[in-house]
Parts: sequence; C-alpha cells; structure tokens
Amino acid sequence: MNLKDDLVQSLTRAVEGVFSTMLGSQVVPGEVTVEHQAPTANDGVISFIGLAGSWAGTGCVTCSPAMACRFCSQMLMTEATSVNEEVLDAIAELTNMIIGSVKTDLESELGPLGLSIPTVVFGRNFQTKSASHADWFVRRFQWDDDMFEVRVCMTPSERSTTLQPHVLGSASQSD
Amino acid sequence: MESDVLVVDDSAAIRKILQRVLRQTGMAIRNIYEAGDGQEALQLLGQQKVNLVLTDINMPKMDGLQLLAAMKGAADLRTIPVVMVTTEGGEAKVGEAVRLGAAGYVRKPFSAEQIKEKLADFLPGAIPS
Repeated sequence: MNLKDDLVQSLTRAVEGVFSTMLGSQVVPGEVTVEHQAPTANDGVISFIGLAGSWAGTGCVTCSPAMACRFCSQMLMTEATSVNEEVLDAIAELTNMIIGSVKTDLESELGPLGLSIPTVVFGRNFQTKSASHADWFVRRFQWDDDMFEVRVCMTPSERSTTLQPHVLGSASQSD
Repeated sequence: MESDVLVVDDSAAIRKILQRVLRQTGMAIRNIYEAGDGQEALQLLGQQKVNLVLTDINMPKMDGLQLLAAMKGAADLRTIPVVMVTTEGGEAKVGEAVRLGAAGYVRKPFSAEQIKEKLADFLPGAIPS
C-alpha cells in the first residue's frame, strides 16, 4: 500500500462524487502536494474532522467565504450571501461526506476507523496548529473560477498494538 | 395513503436536502418531522406516529445506532422501518446496523433517485398512481 497514492486517489474520488451527486457539478482536480504543517495563516472557512482507530488523523477542507456561500446556495437551493450558520453547516456536511468516503476507502487497508463530528472555523488571519507530526497530503480543486483544497494527515496510533502487515510490508503477524 | 416520515440528522443542511427530496418525489407524504439527534427523535416518536425513519449514524448525544436499538426495544416503535442515511460505509457500522434491524441503508452523498427508491420499498402506499 502506498498511503499517499491511496489517499490522494480516494479523496479525489470523494470530492468528485460529492460534487456530482449533491450539486450536479464538476470539479477539476489540481496539484497534489505534501506539506509538513497544518494549514498556516488563513482567511476564510476551514472545516476539520478527526479520524481515529489503529491509525489516526485529520481531514480538512478550506475555501474562501464566497465559495462557501456558493456551495451552500447550490446544495440547499437557497441564496447565501454571507457566511452564516447555514453556510457553516453546509461546509461541515461537505467535509463529513468527503472525509467519510475517504475513511471508508481506507478501512479496507487500515482497519475500522471512527469519524468525529466536524468543526468549522470562519475568520480572518487565523492560524491552525496540529499536534501531529505527520505529513499532510493536499489536493487542490477548481470549481468554476475558484479554488478549494482538501487535506488529510494520517499516522499510526501510538496506542495501536496491531501491526498492519500490508502497510508495513511484512507478512508477519503479531501475537 | 399518506405517510409521515421522520428525518434524523445533526446537520441542518442534510435535513433540509432530505425535506426537499422527499417533497420532490411526488409521493403522498403528509408530514416530514425533523430531529437533530437520537434523543430528540425518541421524544418526537413518543408524540407522533410515523411510517418511516431516515437517520444518520454519527450524531452527538445519541447516535443513529443507539436510536435504532432503542426503537427495536420499544414495543410501539419496533415495526417502524429505519433507513440509515450516512457517510459510514465500513463493514463494522453497516453490519451493526443490519444486526440491530435496520431496514435499509443509503450512503452519503446520495441522489434523489436513491432516496426515492428506498421510499418506494418502505412506503408502497405513498407511491403516486
């Protein structure tokens, strides 16, 4: 298993699926990068959701306030002109569906994973910090004329006692 | 025959989408009730009779599996079909839902057609002639 390739393929499928099914819309996958930090200074909307199990991590979606409003408007068939509770709720659900799909894909390799309730932040010039030292796999997507990004970091849980032979490349099994 | 449906999801966005999808099916649905978690759903089920429950799994306070178990343990609620509408696609959660007696399963993201098919399975009397 190549975690990066699997993650990137999975989240690309997830984003395309959510946009085509819930919005009847297409996205254009952009560049993929590996970053060593959580998102740095941000203006806009960022939504986090936690993953836990034998591996643990975080998935997040970041976008501009305008894109968040447009997403909400299209998904709920309403008119959102500013970031309000309904917009934040729509972005939380977007994150839930995308990272939930990724989680389901990863479970075949990493075993059962739990998904937290999403948290959404909207503001200006804020910073985020993750206690994890794992790399973030980041894919940007273009939706019409605006960009958003989805990022995921996953690392083996410290408390995990179960080896993942397919991940570690070993055929041995722990007792 | 008109039917009443309960939608249980902590996301107001999903509740709103399901309301719209249910109305657009053209099926004879009289009332669509909403609850934000399993506890609210049980309270509402104590006051209103419904013909079908659509519920998320991951919710605060009481999740969808706990709601399902509580309904199957209550004599007056156990015959109401419960369809899970959730991002959870893993065998563990789906298997648990089936074991507890879930009538069906729709994975998010869902299309209006998928929801309509499930309604047709469990609300045959509501299908427009």
